[in-house]
Amino acid sequence: MDKNNKPLAASRLALYAVLVFLALLFLMPVYVMAVNSLKPLDEIRNGNLLALPQLWTSEPWTTAWSTAQIGVQPTGLKPYFINSFLIVVPAVVLSALIGALNGYILTQFKFRGSNALFAAMLFSVFIPYQVVLIPMAKTLGFLGLAGTISGLVFVNVVYGIGFTTLFFRNYYAAFPQELVRSARMDGAGFFGVLFRILLPSSGPMIVVTVIWQFTNIWNEFLFGASFSDYSSFPLTVALNNLVNSSTGVKEYNVHFAGAFIAAIPTLVVYMVSGKYFVRGLMAGSVKG
Amino acid sequence: MASLDLINIHKSFGATHVLHDISIGLTDGEFLVLVGPSGCGKSTLMNIIAGLEEPSGGLVRLAGKDITQAGPADRNISMVFQSYALYPNMTVAKNIEFPLQMRKVDKAIRAERVKSVARLLQIEHLLERKPRQLSGGQRQRVAIGRALAREPQLYLFDEPLSNLDAQLRLDMRTEIKKLHQRLGATIVYVTHDQIEAMTLATRIAVMKGGVLQQLGTPHEVYNRPANMFVAGFMGSPRMNLAKAMLTGTGTGTGDALALDIQIGDRPRATIALPPQPAALRAYAGKEVIAGIRAEAICLAPAAGVPAGGQHCLVDARIEVIEPTGADTLVVLNLGGHEFTARLEPDLALKPGQDARFMVDLSKLVCFDPATEQLIA
Repeated sequence: MDKNNKPLAASRLALYAVLVFLALLFLMPVYVMAVNSLKPLDEIRNGNLLALPQLWTSEPWTTAWSTAQIGVQPTGLKPYFINSFLIVVPAVVLSALIGALNGYILTQFKFRGSNALFAAMLFSVFIPYQVVLIPMAKTLGFLGLAGTISGLVFVNVVYGIGFTTLFFRNYYAAFPQELVRSARMDGAGFFGVLFRILLPSSGPMIVVTVIWQFTNIWNEFLFGASFSDYSSFPLTVALNNLVNSSTGVKEYNVHFAGAFIAAIPTLVVYMVSGKYFVRGLMAGSVKG
Repeated sequence: MASLDLINIHKSFGATHVLHDISIGLTDGEFLVLVGPSGCGKSTLMNIIAGLEEPSGGLVRLAGKDITQAGPADRNISMVFQSYALYPNMTVAKNIEFPLQMRKVDKAIRAERVKSVARLLQIEHLLERKPRQLSGGQRQRVAIGRALAREPQLYLFDEPLSNLDAQLRLDMRTEIKKLHQRLGATIVYVTHDQIEAMTLATRIAVMKGGVLQQLGTPHEVYNRPANMFVAGFMGSPRMNLAKAMLTGTGTGTGDALALDIQIGDRPRATIALPPQPAALRAYAGKEVIAGIRAEAICLAPAAGVPAGGQHCLVDARIEVIEPTGADTLVVLNLGGHEFTARLEPDLALKPGQDARFMVDLSKLVCFDPATEQLIA
């Protein structure tokens, strides 16, 4: 037993060494961001980027959050952080609800052309952002939503429907038909079936949709840069403005802190619901 | 409770006809079993009654009211599904309450109804559980409970026992029968199990290929099957069906008819028949398909044939003996054709042995070999 184990252990060891090395390599940017966001600017200029801070300070974080010059006023990232939440939360809820509704209709009411309609909606997933910029700008202008937070919510909902429909349609295709029939006989109407039977049984798929949509919309830059003004910048655009400002000294420590602030919400969402994410992806994959 | 009338129901999906002109009338309190092999259209017919599918033609009437166009929720029909279809996100109590809640029944009445249904089905201790914490039999009870809670005019059961193991299936079968007797409910029940059909039904509708083959009491369907399909489908073991020549002239009631059974050069078996109705006499000199149930054949009694003239004696070779415990199935060879007889257990018979058997000719049915219909 021992004799057999030794070469195995050696190869195991090598494997783990490689894995640990790769993991460290992968974590390196996070480490660099973390240590440099906690240093005074002088240390970054003089020392190397990988060294731990000699003088620990949280000042870059407070500066990035509340006093950095981004727009006309030195407001920090705070108002834009709030903007992003005001965009993300309604956009995620709306696109998930519409996706669930679409999935419900596409699977439970087999009407003529339902498969063609689904294929068309699926196609929207592959449309590059750039293609829709100009038509979307026209539409927003027509709706009077140009440069507003509601406008960005609208854009992100429209762009997200393709994904959310795909998720929910595949999940509901594997949902037992007899349950829906039973609910209809028991007297549940169109929305009764959706809200009382389907949605309460879609936990994993709701988590997948929320994570997917939250990360996508939170990190979305192009629509944010194209369809917003100073009052409605999402965080990604504000961060870009902070880092790319052409006046004054480049405050790298503040930039690192700002980038970290921008990344925290998506990290939290992943950590809280990551295990459901994998489970939900598996659940949808059984039947298409 | 109510009567149900299906009038000239048709259903087709594109060019495929699934149901051909089905008409069935049920009176209040009847237990109709739709039975047939898979793909015979029985489930489609049930879905049409439930309102889950629309017929291509025909009328559905419940308690005299036309409900053909009514939605499933507006029919006052409840259904027990094969997979039980319990809502996984709700407790047992919520499941039973759901149809009442959807119909905006008062909260106090709902709670009362859940309690009484739970008591009736002995599931009171399960009310707070989720469906996934229940066994198959318990789920079945909850599904029946949910159907009962609404006190509908009609109950539909779609193969409710097919997911249960053998012992539980027998228990639940008895329980459903008890429930029917207790509630006096009108029930339509779909199954492919002919024993379930025989035991539960007040009337059986045998279907095949979307056509109603026979509608009758279990006794009629079993003893006077309308055609060879019904004869072969109902009953286990199957009815013995053998090609035979009807000899005699058939000119008068006193004329003696006989069945000759012979395959190839095997010795011919002749069965002399008692006086027969005119319909069969018309087939004199022609071929017919003779049908006889396994239990209509027994060993010839030592005391001789009982009086009454409905019995005859035949000699046959025993080919196989299959003891089942309660009785013994014996395959015997008569004129080259194999017949199964259901005999009492513990017989001192051996395969290969010749024995004398008595056939109860009052149970004999004959079919036209071309149309396969009963000659009567």
